[in-house]
Amino acid sequence: MAKDKKTGYEPMTSIEAITAGLDTVGYISISQISTAVFLAHGLRKPILIEGPAGVGKTDLAASLSKWLNLPLIRLQCYEGLDEGKALYEWKYGKQLLYTQILKEKLNELLGGAETLKDSLSKLSGFEDLFFSPQFLEARPLLHAMQQDRGSVLLIDEIDKSDEAFEAFLLEVLSDYQVTVPEIGTIKANVPPLVILTSNNVRELGDALKRRCLHLHIGFPDHEREQRIVRARVDGISDTLLNQLVRFVQSVRETDIKKRPSIAETVDWARTLLLLHASTLDEAFVRDTLNVLLKHESDIAAVSPAIGKMVREATGPDARGRLASGYPDMG
Amino acid sequence: MEKQISNFIRALRSADVRVSTGEALDAARTVAMIGYDDRALMKDSLACVLAKSESEKQIHDRLFELYFSSAPAGSAVQSAGTENDGEPTEDPKDAAERLSQLTQQGNEQALATAIERAAEQAGLNDIRFSTQVAYFAQSMVRAMGGEQLQARLLEALQGRTPDADAEAQRLIDVRRTLTMTARERAERAFQIFGAAETEKFRDEVAATKRLSAIEANDMARMKQLVAKVAKRLAVKHSRRRKRTQRGLLDVRRTMRANAGVDGIPFNVIWRQKKKDRPKIIVICDVSGSVALYVRFLLLLLFSMKEAIPDLHAFAFSYRLKSVDDILETMEFDAAIKKILREIGLGSTSYGQAFSDFKMEHENKIDRRTTIIILGDGRSNYGDPRLDLFRDFAGRAKRVIWLNPEGRALWGTGDSVIPRYEPFCAQMSHVATLKDLEKAIDEVLTAYS
Repeated sequence: MAKDKKTGYEPMTSIEAITAGLDTVGYISISQISTAVFLAHGLRKPILIEGPAGVGKTDLAASLSKWLNLPLIRLQCYEGLDEGKALYEWKYGKQLLYTQILKEKLNELLGGAETLKDSLSKLSGFEDLFFSPQFLEARPLLHAMQQDRGSVLLIDEIDKSDEAFEAFLLEVLSDYQVTVPEIGTIKANVPPLVILTSNNVRELGDALKRRCLHLHIGFPDHEREQRIVRARVDGISDTLLNQLVRFVQSVRETDIKKRPSIAETVDWARTLLLLHASTLDEAFVRDTLNVLLKHESDIAAVSPAIGKMVREATGPDARGRLASGYPDMG
Repeated sequence: MEKQISNFIRALRSADVRVSTGEALDAARTVAMIGYDDRALMKDSLACVLAKSESEKQIHDRLFELYFSSAPAGSAVQSAGTENDGEPTEDPKDAAERLSQLTQQGNEQALATAIERAAEQAGLNDIRFSTQVAYFAQSMVRAMGGEQLQARLLEALQGRTPDADAEAQRLIDVRRTLTMTARERAERAFQIFGAAETEKFRDEVAATKRLSAIEANDMARMKQLVAKVAKRLAVKHSRRRKRTQRGLLDVRRTMRANAGVDGIPFNVIWRQKKKDRPKIIVICDVSGSVALYVRFLLLLLFSMKEAIPDLHAFAFSYRLKSVDDILETMEFDAAIKKILREIGLGSTSYGQAFSDFKMEHENKIDRRTTIIILGDGRSNYGDPRLDLFRDFAGRAKRVIWLNPEGRALWGTGDSVIPRYEPFCAQMSHVATLKDLEKAIDEVLTAYS
């Protein structure tokens, strides 16, 4: 455990502290999420977050970095991502430029050498010069290892990368070190807090899964969704908030291709606010449904039931949950 | 507590959740870190460390509830453990008295403790099958001093006085309570350690059972099994589809990549050969007996949509029709029903089906396509249209014929299977789910 005074992980003293801390930067956590973060810190293991798109997987990393005031280093994965883009690269151009500039100097230096053998041994001394940290271009992974106070390393959509890349990540994730053949092994003084996200485009390898804590973030319940929207959208009225969250929750229960996630709810709340809607009504919903549903077929599927769903969402709350019962987060 | 955790991990493993030694250590560290006072917290934390997918998390949560429901008593075991170790020499009367004390109201905690100890002595965690519950329950009662109780009971029965009768009745009640409690405990242990094992055994049986003999009540199990098989195949075949060919320089891309360094080739890029994506056309005979197999083949293939992005299904008995739309828009069972109802009627004609395919869908075949035909090749003595079939086989990558009929029947009666055989890369008898898995595996292997 990083008990070192210099690290930026100090505020993570308990699960409650994490929940409260994330709350201050507008991320409404649940106990599973905070527990995972707490364990990740304690066990020094990365968290692998799975779940539908737009439920706040990436946002957790961003919020953590904001709360802990640590740099967020993000590596977006895609097919064909390789070491050169993820880990480090030699600054070829700079190396080349330096050789050009130093050419004459080299001549002078090598001029003293009598034989070919002598100049070769002199030359081999320069090799180390050119393959030194000075010419090393740090890419996200290496960059994360080099932070003095620690950092939040977000490896986004790991499922989009190739399997070879996944295997290559193993060293970084289990030992928090990076091996550069020309220099040696660079070990992180303060290991980064690593968060991997996956949308399950492909099944991840067992080796990678074994090195991670597993966290699944699903769609939020009514209460949490209200708190999230309130934290994200300024000046939304309690009535509208309650109604729109209930509407979204009921849309999620219908059989559609892409169920709206929190990101869509927030967008929709902003849209309605922009249109000065004070309560949900059918015409508004019909006009703005494309913010919530991203497929034509989904909109068509939900359309016939909109009237009924709006009535249900604006009617008396069967579950007895009222928005006004919650403290104002905005 | 460590023992509790390691037993819990054993239970998880027997339920097919793969837990490595490293994770077991992590679990122990986790518990040390968060303590075990807060049960919900412990559940979340262990799930986080031990489960690696949504389905594994569900198994974990179920087992956690079962397993740690006995945890409080379990942790008291050690403290109570030393109290009366001299059991064998214990006087029958004392033993009976002790046991009847236990079964009295208000002593639930002590009883639970004694039961836990007995469970340990009887090796209850080794339970595998539900038939063992009674055996283990008995062993537990014996470990608690059941024999002494029995002896005391016999003695009382011989007494023949009202007092002795009452005593006997009381002891019988004690014995019954003890046995019941032990049984409950053994039942729970079976749920934790054995149920998954039994399920696995049943799965194995189901996978090797003739698909035509699968009964309706096994359908749910078969569906899960098919899903498992599909996942296994998908994982195996969704490997990277590029292969670097060292030695063949990609000049154009190398020059581009090194333009920034004056064209000096620091970064050499090799030509890559892209592997074909699987492209599969399934043509299913949905008449009569073959229909039973169609269901499983389609279920398997459509659960693998991820690994086979280019998949088209056709069904025929007399006329051939594409069933992609039905399968994609409807729930699977309903879709199959609809297909069988709409297409399954009429006398089978392979010739007609092939000519329909030629007319309408021929352009779907290219050199990357594997055609899978599922059927018994019984064409009611119609023209088999070998000319068309040869044409398809020539244009496609491979033609695979899966036949639910045993090899001995091929060519008998109206079966024209042997005449199609020369054009097929492979013609195999498919009777069980295992056969299906093997066949699809081979089809996909041809693409890697």
